[in-house]
Amino acid sequence: MTGFTRHRRSQHLIATFSGFEADLLRSLAAQLVELLRNEAAVPRDDVDPLEALMDFSGPTTEPDDPVLVRLFPTAYRHDEEAAAEFRRFTEGTLRHGKANAAITIIDALEEAGLPPELTEGLVIDIELEEPAAEIWMRSFTDLRLALATRLGVEEGDEDYWHSLPDEDPRAQAHDIYEWVGYLQETLVQALATR
Amino acid sequence: MGNVSAASPVEVEPTSTPDEITVLAVPWVTIVWNDPVNLMSYVTYVFQKYFGYEKKKAEKLMLEVHQDGKSVVSTGSREEMERDVQAMHEYGLWATLDKQS
Repeated sequence: MTGFTRHRRSQHLIATFSGFEADLLRSLAAQLVELLRNEAAVPRDDVDPLEALMDFSGPTTEPDDPVLVRLFPTAYRHDEEAAAEFRRFTEGTLRHGKANAAITIIDALEEAGLPPELTEGLVIDIELEEPAAEIWMRSFTDLRLALATRLGVEEGDEDYWHSLPDEDPRAQAHDIYEWVGYLQETLVQALATR
Repeated sequence: MGNVSAASPVEVEPTSTPDEITVLAVPWVTIVWNDPVNLMSYVTYVFQKYFGYEKKKAEKLMLEVHQDGKSVVSTGSREEMERDVQAMHEYGLWATLDKQS
């Protein structure tokens, strides 16, 4: 586990993953894509097809899934109507952007040699130009927010998570959450220095 | 009492021009709220990158979010603040907009 650094000469952001790590990252990103696409943002099949094509509006109420509630927070706290309007015009775009960002990670891992089925002894070298690195950085946030929401992470609760027995699945999920945090921290630091 | 004296002249001239009204209107603010997930370094980076703030200012705002639970990170028209809030949501920060209090 090495995290990201900036390559001095090319200025690219680079990281080396074991096959296991790359496969894990791919699977997290794929789950996020599925979640973002699953709970309908826009679709209304019950209307006239032309009307449906012309209707670019999104949902007006909070999503059901708590992860999605955190990814798409209510923008107006004291004005329900304005909040609904804001959501209608932004949530679809935001969902699309976040799904595409996660797909960028999956594609880059596979282009770097991660096969559909993990094989032993793989090493995956990732090299990103700055715009791609920023997409990864943003998507790491989405992944961490998703994991943290599922786990119920709270401010200053590290001791609790570290007190759980190793075989507790929640302890393992929390380790993964911390690992993505480490990747993000090193990527932010690498992006901030040149 | 049926007093039909001539109406006094009505003040029809608006006291402010539309431009002045815009300037005088209460501005809106973008508020970023603390959450237990986002890294301090990341939040600082986002404030620098998106708003173009100097590192010092970005760090000050980040610390306000972290310590006070929230911080006003930008001020402007309602449309501008909606754009900022959407951008913050793109970055995964928990942001809302409100009239300046």
